[in-house]
This record gives sequence, C-alpha cells and structure tokens, in this order.
Amino acid sequence: MRILVCVKRVPLTGGKMVLTADEQALETRHLGFTISPHEECGVEEAVRIVEDQGGEVSVLTLGPAEAEEQIRDSLANGADRGVHLVTDGEEWDPQATAAAIVETVRAEESAGGGFDLIVFGNESADAGNYQVGIRVAYALGRPIATGLKGLSVADRRARCEQEVPGGRDIYELPLPAVVSVLEGINLPRYPSVPAKLRARSKPVESSTPERPAPKLERLRLVVPPGQGKQAEILGNGADAAPAVVEMMRDIGVAG
Amino acid sequence: VSVVVLVEHESGSPDELSLQALALARDLGSPLHALVVGAAVTELGAYGVETVHVAEDDRLSTYAPAAWAACLDQLIDRVQPTAVVAAGTNRGNEVLGHLAARRDLPFAANCIAVGSDGTVTRVRWGGSLLEEARIDSDLKLLSVAPHMVEAAAVNGGSASVETLDPAVDEADLVVRVVEHAETPSAGISLAEAKVVVSGGRGVGSADGFGMLEELAGLLNAAVGCSRVVTMAGWRPHTDQVGQTGTKVAPDLYIACGISGATQHIAGCKGAKKILAINSDAEAPILSSADYAVIGDLAEVVPAITAELRKAQSS
Repeated sequence: MRILVCVKRVPLTGGKMVLTADEQALETRHLGFTISPHEECGVEEAVRIVEDQGGEVSVLTLGPAEAEEQIRDSLANGADRGVHLVTDGEEWDPQATAAAIVETVRAEESAGGGFDLIVFGNESADAGNYQVGIRVAYALGRPIATGLKGLSVADRRARCEQEVPGGRDIYELPLPAVVSVLEGINLPRYPSVPAKLRARSKPVESSTPERPAPKLERLRLVVPPGQGKQAEILGNGADAAPAVVEMMRDIGVAG
Repeated sequence: VSVVVLVEHESGSPDELSLQALALARDLGSPLHALVVGAAVTELGAYGVETVHVAEDDRLSTYAPAAWAACLDQLIDRVQPTAVVAAGTNRGNEVLGHLAARRDLPFAANCIAVGSDGTVTRVRWGGSLLEEARIDSDLKLLSVAPHMVEAAAVNGGSASVETLDPAVDEADLVVRVVEHAETPSAGISLAEAKVVVSGGRGVGSADGFGMLEELAGLLNAAVGCSRVVTMAGWRPHTDQVGQTGTKVAPDLYIACGISGATQHIAGCKGAKKILAINSDAEAPILSSADYAVIGDLAEVVPAITAELRKAQSS
C-alpha cells in the first residue's frame, strides 16, 4: 500500500482569538502550532494500515518553511517520508491548494508509482473549507468518501464508515481512492524519543510552487461578538452548592 | 437572477437547517428554486420557494454525493441561477464540494450573511472567528452555517412542483451508501441532552469522572469532556464536546475543570447557560460562562450532588 496523507499546520489558539493589526491573520507570536486535528488522525490511520499490510506513508503539506515541524511530527508518528510545498506564509484558497496537491501527486506517481489511497482531514481547523480533498479526487478521477469515522482496506477496496444519526452509513470504494477522515477515527499515538530521533533523518523533499490569485478571497477577519462575557460568581468551594442548586431551579433543570 | 437551494428532508419533511439556508438564499435573489432528492417536499412555498424540482430515480434511493451534485448541475443548466445554496451539513457541504469540483468554481462553506456587493461572511475555527470574503465567480456556491441564520416563513403561496429526470451516470454512483448499520442508543445523547456535565484536564483521571457521572445521573444529564480528556484516553471520542467533537445546545452546560480553549467553546457555545467550576478564577472559560464557582471540583461537585439530592427528596 502506498498512502499519501495531506496535513495542514495550524496555530494552537488557546483561550482567545487575537488578530493582527491588519485583520488578515491571527496574532500567532505567542502561540504554538500543531497539525490540524482531523489530519493528525489521518496520519495515524495511514500508519496503522501500512503497519498491518506493508507499504509506505508519505506526508504532504502546503505551508511556510516552519511547517516542516508538522512533517517531522508525522514522521515521528510513523510516516516514512515528507513532501513540503513551501509557501511564503500567505494562505492559499481551496482551489489553489487542490491544484498544487494534484500537480505534486502526478509528479510523485510518475516517479514512484501510484498512491493506493490519499487521505485528507474532513476540514482544516482554521479555514474549514470542506472541499480540498473532493477537488483533488475529481482532478485525479478517483472516488472520494468524506467524514469517515471508520476505515478498513482489503482486496483493493476501502470500506468507509460515516457516523450519522442513529448509526453508521457504509461506503465501499475501489482503490485507488481518496478519503477524508474525522478526529475520533482513532486515537493518535504519542511519539517515543527514539521515534523522534529517527524522524530527523527521514527524507523530506521540498519545492516552492507559485501561488495563483485566489477565487475565494479573504478580505478581513472579524472576532465575533460575545467573546469576553463576565461570569456571575456563585461562590467559592463547597459552600457554593446551595446557590448552584437555586440557579438550577430557576432555569428549570434541577430534576 | 434565480437562486437554487438544495433542500434536505426526512420523508418529505424539510430539515430545519435547510429552512435556515432558504432564509439566507432569499437575500441573494429570486425566484428561489429548490432541489429535493427522493420525495416531494410540498410545504416550501411558505419559505419563499417558487418551484420545487424533485429528482426521483431508483438509483438515488440511497445517498450518493456525486449523483446529487449531478442533479444540481443539471438544474443549473435549466434555470441559470446566480447562486447555489445548501445547508452547512455534512451532506450539504459535501455535495457543494462535488459541484464546485465538477464546474471548477469557488465554494464558500458555512456562510452566515451575504452583502449587497456579493461578499460573504463565513465562519472559521468552528465559529470562533469570522471571515469576510469575496467569491470571484458569476455563479456563487455557498453553504449556510448551522444555527446562525433564523429560519422564517414569508408570505409565499404554494410552490409549483416539477420533475427533474436525473442525468446520472454510473461514475456518479460509485460512491453511495451501500449499507446502514444501526447503533444501539446508550442512554441520553450528548447532542440532545437538556443538561451536560462535562469534564476537562482538571478532573485529573478517568476515575475522576465518577463524580461527574453521579451528578449527571441526578440531572438526567449526558456526560461530556474536552479534547484533552479524549487525547489522554480517559473518555471515548464520542463524549468529546468541541470543534472536532460534538456540538451541544443544552439548557445548562456544566464545565468542570475545563480551561476554555476556543476549540472547546466552539462546541458548547450553543448552550443557553454555562456554569464553570474551576480552581482558577482567571481561566478563559469564565469569559464564556454565565455562572462560575471557584474551587476544587473534587469538593464542589460532590457538594452540589449532595445539595441536589437533599432538594430532590424534600
């Protein structure tokens, strides 16, 4: 099995959204960064399939030079190699992102053989565009199932499970295929120290694609109203219990 | 300047989120055309729909995203709309993603408003941040973020119904639901509970959730948790409230030992009231909560449970 997982570097936002002065981005000077959660599970899912069936997991990201950190994290968690499309940090819209990924997949496949499976997160934590994986699937002429909470691969078919009210919907896709997964499909491992060390020497290829003009153009970001409420303190410690129960009675939930 | 709206339904009764999508679509132009797949939805006239196009075909008896997108594609050719709108549901976003890919058009997911100049406001970070954006296309594709736009009836008559004979080919049916597995329900569901008792890092361990379970039992509440808790393996992901977990809307959300990261608030801000129990009076959760108790939750939670038991027995 050859599997490609596409991941995105996003800030760990903490308790409050703070914008840069030009309202074009989050102020990230004091923030750490991570792999967008659904994609973190995508890496884990791909690594588990390859551990079980053999093969290779490649991890691709489109992002600034610093996004190599997220590639290395993926390599520490079991991926074999990285592909880094290096940007200047400006955000790419979904169409441009998909086009850059498609171009890379084509080049990778003509050099190293086809990917049986390409894995995305259902939507990125920050932009939440819900579409890059679908666009890539169409451009490559491959089937896609989205929002997966279960995935198993056997006999050149992917059995895909989606959580829906009351149960699960099942799809059966012939390989090669594209899937997008949700957090909760697995519990990603924590990398061991030796695994982190090994990740340093795994190969990462990089290139610098040109960003086309966006068709979905961000004009500015806005912090929604409601951030910064002041809670009414009902009390301190166990002594607050009567006031809490009174509040529950007032709003009609005390049972 | 007609507008096409994908209306999802349950046996002919329109989904609330699709009615919200219709409300936003009315700001984009008229007449409104609705596409429904599988069964006629007749009550849409009251929501401003002029024509309901019904795609009925045995091959559409189970959900197939590409086939639904093919129906929209066909309807675009028929009514030449300036916009195609869907609810920002799993299926709504998926089908518009397919349509966008088929036509190589931009698609703005989870919008909450449209401006007169064609700009949209959409949600990022599960609603913790908003973005004003321009869609550079004559035909605009957009979905409507759930529970951000009020569904409202207008003085509309009854909608006319037309049949859409779907031009669906085999390639559009490769990805379709082939099986549905029922999951036996286990108690009160998180998404529908009137009260949710939720725990974060401050609970300290998987065992620590015992006292939350006890309180939840008295309140007919569901037990939830933060992402930190599921990542630590203390609770299953199905219990997680947040941007990448379940979004809840109870009458009361009790956040025990939860710091209040935006990722978590995105999942519980739909609650009518939030009570935070936290040892840190400076925790970010206090600026999202209506009420707070400052203290060690290992003392506060059992005290509330005891007080409630006393009140319920008297």
